[in-house]
Amino acid sequence: MIKINGESIPDAEKKTVMQYLTDTGYDPKRVAVEMNGDILPKSQYESTALQDGDSIEIVSFVGGG
Amino acid sequence: MTEQEWHAALAQRHGRALQERFAAASVAVCGLGGLGSHVAIALARAGVGTLHLIDFDRVELSNLHRQQYGISQLGMYKTEAMQQTLAEIAPYCNLIMHRVRLTEGNLHLIAGCGIVCECFDDAECKAMLVNGAAEHYPEMYIIAASGMSGLYTGNTITARKLGKRLYLCGDGTSDIKDSGTLFAPRVMLCAAHQANTALRIIAGKLEV
Repeated sequence: MIKINGESIPDAEKKTVMQYLTDTGYDPKRVAVEMNGDILPKSQYESTALQDGDSIEIVSFVGGG
Repeated sequence: MTEQEWHAALAQRHGRALQERFAAASVAVCGLGGLGSHVAIALARAGVGTLHLIDFDRVELSNLHRQQYGISQLGMYKTEAMQQTLAEIAPYCNLIMHRVRLTEGNLHLIAGCGIVCECFDDAECKAMLVNGAAEHYPEMYIIAASGMSGLYTGNTITARKLGKRLYLCGDGTSDIKDSGTLFAPRVMLCAAHQANTALRIIAGKLEV
């Protein structure tokens, strides 16, 4: 099972992080992705496939400060 | 007032061991607007030894509703205005000012800081700094902010920890483009979480 932002997302398996982000409407320029405890470098979004047991948090930044 | 007296007054408040940790710490504050101006002042008050303050902008009248500047500072660069303000509050804090727009190309400016506070207002700049700092400086603690605009309840603004080194303050959702504006109290709540998180990390308390 893959956990994304605390929820189990069964159909995310085998998708790359980039595919998941674009399929679900995230703007990759505004996100940070924490995967299994570390921030996933942006250069690895295309090459990192989601696998059973992965836990990720996607932070989508909003403006204001 | 001598530097020794200043340190002694802080040590009396905080305890010598904790104050020595604060004094040895180096924190980067990226952006000196609504968030960063409050974060910088709070960290300087606590006696954080070195602050790297980064901003390219000048103080404008439209900033005064939420940022820690005054009428006499209109038109000044925020780095200079904050330096002036901090001289009154924490005269022996070591300030390293960078009057630049922080980008992927000059992220080395924050190298060596144990903690970086992301205090930008633009969402893409926030993501750039968080991702860039995590990639280039894997030992650095990152305290980011997202979601503090609008006149909503203050109780939704929290600090949480994501993974080993990223802390996220704010409500996560209130986008300036939807809520239209920012009000000082919610911005200050978010900035206070950022500064509090920084002090806790320096004190060795890594959980929120």
